[in-house]
Amino acid sequence: MFKKKKSLLTVLLLAMLSVLMLAACGTKDDSESGSGSGSKESKNSLEAIKEKDKIVFGVKNDTRLFGLKDPKTGNIEGFDIDIAKEITKIILGDESKAEFKEVTSKTRIPMLQKGDIDAIVATMTITEERKQEVDFSDVYFKAGQALLVKKGSPIKSIKDIKKGTKVLAVKGSTSAVNIREKAPDATVLEFENYAEAFTALKAKQGDTLTTDNAILYGMVDEDPNYQVVGDIFTDEPYGIAVKKDSPELVKAINDALKELQSNGKYDELYKKWIKTSN
Amino acid sequence: MLDFSILTENWDMYIEGFINTIYISVIGLIGSFVFGTILAVFRIAPFKPLNWIGTIYVEFFRNIPLLIIAFFLFTALPTIGIQLDGFKAGTLALIIYTSAFIAEAVRAGILSVPKGQTEAARSSGLTYIQTMNLVVLPQAIKIVIPPLGNQFINLVKNSSILTILAAGDLMYQADLISTRTFVTFDVYIFVALFYLVLTIPLSTGVNYLEKRLAKSN
Repeated sequence: MFKKKKSLLTVLLLAMLSVLMLAACGTKDDSESGSGSGSKESKNSLEAIKEKDKIVFGVKNDTRLFGLKDPKTGNIEGFDIDIAKEITKIILGDESKAEFKEVTSKTRIPMLQKGDIDAIVATMTITEERKQEVDFSDVYFKAGQALLVKKGSPIKSIKDIKKGTKVLAVKGSTSAVNIREKAPDATVLEFENYAEAFTALKAKQGDTLTTDNAILYGMVDEDPNYQVVGDIFTDEPYGIAVKKDSPELVKAINDALKELQSNGKYDELYKKWIKTSN
Repeated sequence: MLDFSILTENWDMYIEGFINTIYISVIGLIGSFVFGTILAVFRIAPFKPLNWIGTIYVEFFRNIPLLIIAFFLFTALPTIGIQLDGFKAGTLALIIYTSAFIAEAVRAGILSVPKGQTEAARSSGLTYIQTMNLVVLPQAIKIVIPPLGNQFINLVKNSSILTILAAGDLMYQADLISTRTFVTFDVYIFVALFYLVLTIPLSTGVNYLEKRLAKSN
């Protein structure tokens, strides 16, 4: 009995040891590859991109109008994707040199830092916090909280929200908190998710629905009887993120964005995807 | 340990939800009792079409989720011009749903009254309605009280799904508090206590009534 126990213990110890050794190997590997890529980065990130002659963009695949996978073709389509293609065209001369990888809000920064992607164009709001980890380009989409109403509604902006105006929002969202601050007279009704809130608006259970304009434009795209009104009343602008400390790449992207603005291409793409209130 | 500051800091919201839940429950209780009893009478009435209506109603609403009835009333009725807010649509849904169960409980109670009594009442010249009101229902009510009590307690607890209609009930307020404070456990424990404050007296009352009526036999 005792002997059996002892042999079991030996096996356990051996197993632990081997796990430890494996783990040690793993960390060693990591550090090696890490230092390897580090030495390569003596070249700046713009040059690196030009050398490999392609740009890998991290994009969303589940966001209406910005980056949505078409289940039929498997292609991701949207404003983010078109902007990325145009930028690639300007930097590398050909939009087919843009490559896309699907990211989520959670994975995008780690993937950028690991070098899986060169830039993030994925409805990413520029914040001070994120600036500690990545570099941002100029704003390419002015996102922020706005109001959605049925066409012909007397509500034209946040100023028209009076006492008793029913504003629909989503439970726990920052938009619900914001609207209470900015329009304290409003009756805010909070629902489980955007689909239910929009259904409630359609059923006239509220006068207006509030959340990020990017999501509201997606709803307008689905049902053109509704429109986004007024200016955004919070600032959550989207920017393109690249690896920290790559000023050359940021400048190249900013220059490209400026060029798109001046040659009208930006407006064209904006109109293609974002159907504003008309 | 429970964080009681959650309770004190959000006391107003809890109380608002509590009061709304009381309203919903009381209206729901009365509504579903009256409507459920009518349905039960429908189901056993000596007139086939009424039986069918009763059976179809009970089998339909007993077998679909309350959530769907509530959301349907909330979103579909406005398309035909009936605008009910979350509170009204939700309470109505609770009545529609619970009355199907109450109908079954009451029907079972009525059927447990020996048939001879109905026959005797009818042959002594009472109408069907009189027979029901004066002879059968007073006896049936004693048998029906325990299952009815269960349905009433369920109704109070089921009212928590009205949160999806932003009906302002206890659960809705709790959802808002928890999403704002990022505290889940404590918020819902306190909500459970508020529900207990409602349901414990209800079940005690039902037990008391049951005993008293048993004595009167």
